[in-house]
Amino acid sequence: MGPVAFSETFERIWTMAISREEVRHVARLARLELSEDELARFGGQLDAILEAVGKVGELDLSGVEPTAHPLDLVNVWSDDEPRGSLSVAEVLANAPDSEDTFFRVPPA
Amino acid sequence: MIDTLRLTAEEAAALLERRELSAAELHAAYLDAIRARDGELHAYLRTVDEPDADGVPVALKDLICTRGVETTAGSRILAGYVPPYDATVATRCRAARLSFLGKTNMDEFAMGSSTENSGFGPTRNPWDPDRVPGGSSGGSAAAVAAGLAPWALGSDTGGSIKQPAALCGVVGLRPTYGTVSRYGIVAFASSLDQIGPIAKTVRDCALLYRIIAGRDPCDTTTVDLPESVELPETEHLRGLRVGVPRELNEAEGIEPGVTEAVNRAVELARELGADVSECELPRSVEYGLSCYYLIAPAEASSNLARYDGVRYGLRSETNGDTRAMYERTRHDGFGDEPKRRIMLGAYALSAGYYEAFYGQAQKVRTLIRREHDALFERFDVLLSPTSPTVAFRLGERTENPLAMYLSDVLTIPSNLAGLPGLSIPCGLSEGLPVGLQLIGRQFAENALFRVGHALERALAFGYVPSRLRDGGAV
Repeated sequence: MGPVAFSETFERIWTMAISREEVRHVARLARLELSEDELARFGGQLDAILEAVGKVGELDLSGVEPTAHPLDLVNVWSDDEPRGSLSVAEVLANAPDSEDTFFRVPPA
Repeated sequence: MIDTLRLTAEEAAALLERRELSAAELHAAYLDAIRARDGELHAYLRTVDEPDADGVPVALKDLICTRGVETTAGSRILAGYVPPYDATVATRCRAARLSFLGKTNMDEFAMGSSTENSGFGPTRNPWDPDRVPGGSSGGSAAAVAAGLAPWALGSDTGGSIKQPAALCGVVGLRPTYGTVSRYGIVAFASSLDQIGPIAKTVRDCALLYRIIAGRDPCDTTTVDLPESVELPETEHLRGLRVGVPRELNEAEGIEPGVTEAVNRAVELARELGADVSECELPRSVEYGLSCYYLIAPAEASSNLARYDGVRYGLRSETNGDTRAMYERTRHDGFGDEPKRRIMLGAYALSAGYYEAFYGQAQKVRTLIRREHDALFERFDVLLSPTSPTVAFRLGERTENPLAMYLSDVLTIPSNLAGLPGLSIPCGLSEGLPVGLQLIGRQFAENALFRVGHALERALAFGYVPSRLRDGGAV
């Protein structure tokens, strides 16, 4: 894909509306159950927000490096010193359900 | 009788030092004030009734993990969560002998600008209870403004310390990214989240910042401070170069009363000897909000994946499998704003959209950094309003997420650049406080304290909310 096709793809993404099916798909990706009412409401709101944030597409940023982090830290090392950790009982104390030394979940 | 509305943390420390007051009496005075006034305000989610140290008390935003004290981040999905460990900032407060007064209310997972997104009901503004205190650290800001804590810790991702400090008429510092540990903080957007102090005076902010700042081996994004924190003394600004970025001061939606108060403060800076001139931040302000609302939700969608009903917090029962349990738990436990941001973030990161949205936003972030870097070759501090408006009415922006997002349009650009920002009250508009934002270069907190302190003295803002000025003592 050449640069022109690439930017056309972006252009389409920045301006297209999000469909009900896409909202449903994203909710599934995010492991979020949504009712039909919520799908409709969030769909409309996401559309408005996406239209606003699509503004980042107005800038030509070819050749600009991305910023992932505001400080220029690279490879922060530390000494390999063993330290104590939480007990199993402390870790499981907040679990909704547990058995022996395990978190318990409904059967897959 | 202790007048908690007027007592600063520095004064409280002096009273303890001279043994004119015991720590237990001081702690009790704040609990009395909380009993008297917090029924109306709801700044606290819970209080700690016995002081566990002999120093000045402090209130902590409820996303700071406190061993043995419930920590919810304002979310029902974390209701009942009792951390088995302390956040590093809590450890440092304990080491400085600060006693914990309680945990303050906040927008759920720090997502919001009004504290109305709390899963446990909103906080109200001490200056006018029909209005919001700002957010997301609205509980901390309201507590300090109403004399329910001498100082407090908040967190700031897009403006969540600076904006509520502005709306409540108190002082708030968002420190340079990397100066304060995030270990034990309930994460929202990790490349932006910072913990910082909220207090009545700039000197109190500096004192609390001194306690919490510095490298922490448990958070590899932290660094040692290049210079130690200095308590500001000087009351002039001679030799200081102050920039007034046009776009931050003339943005659409800034109320005339806000502009008026900020302009007076800028004029005052000139009278105090600063060399003041206009400058530009064209792309940072125009594109900052769009950039932020891609990066922060993307990081949030990843950070909030951990709330799945397995290890802590809420679990909703279903007749289905593990996945059905995850989906129902997240449906029931998250409020609307986290749901919106999780979906927005998941969408911006999903296959086919990643480069166009998240990748592009990261590049915009580079431009914003560069624009700020260039200005700091010419200036020591930048000035602008903190919030475009004074405190707004409860319910005014809840139906329109974009209107709520605009509350942070002036605080977001410097946050994306990782820069420190201080908000100090600079006057009233319509009887409500206006905040002045001071932005510095990375690690230049001392410069912010110096300018903030000099302006604070010259402005002589009466930080006690007007409706509480009579009979504030309890």
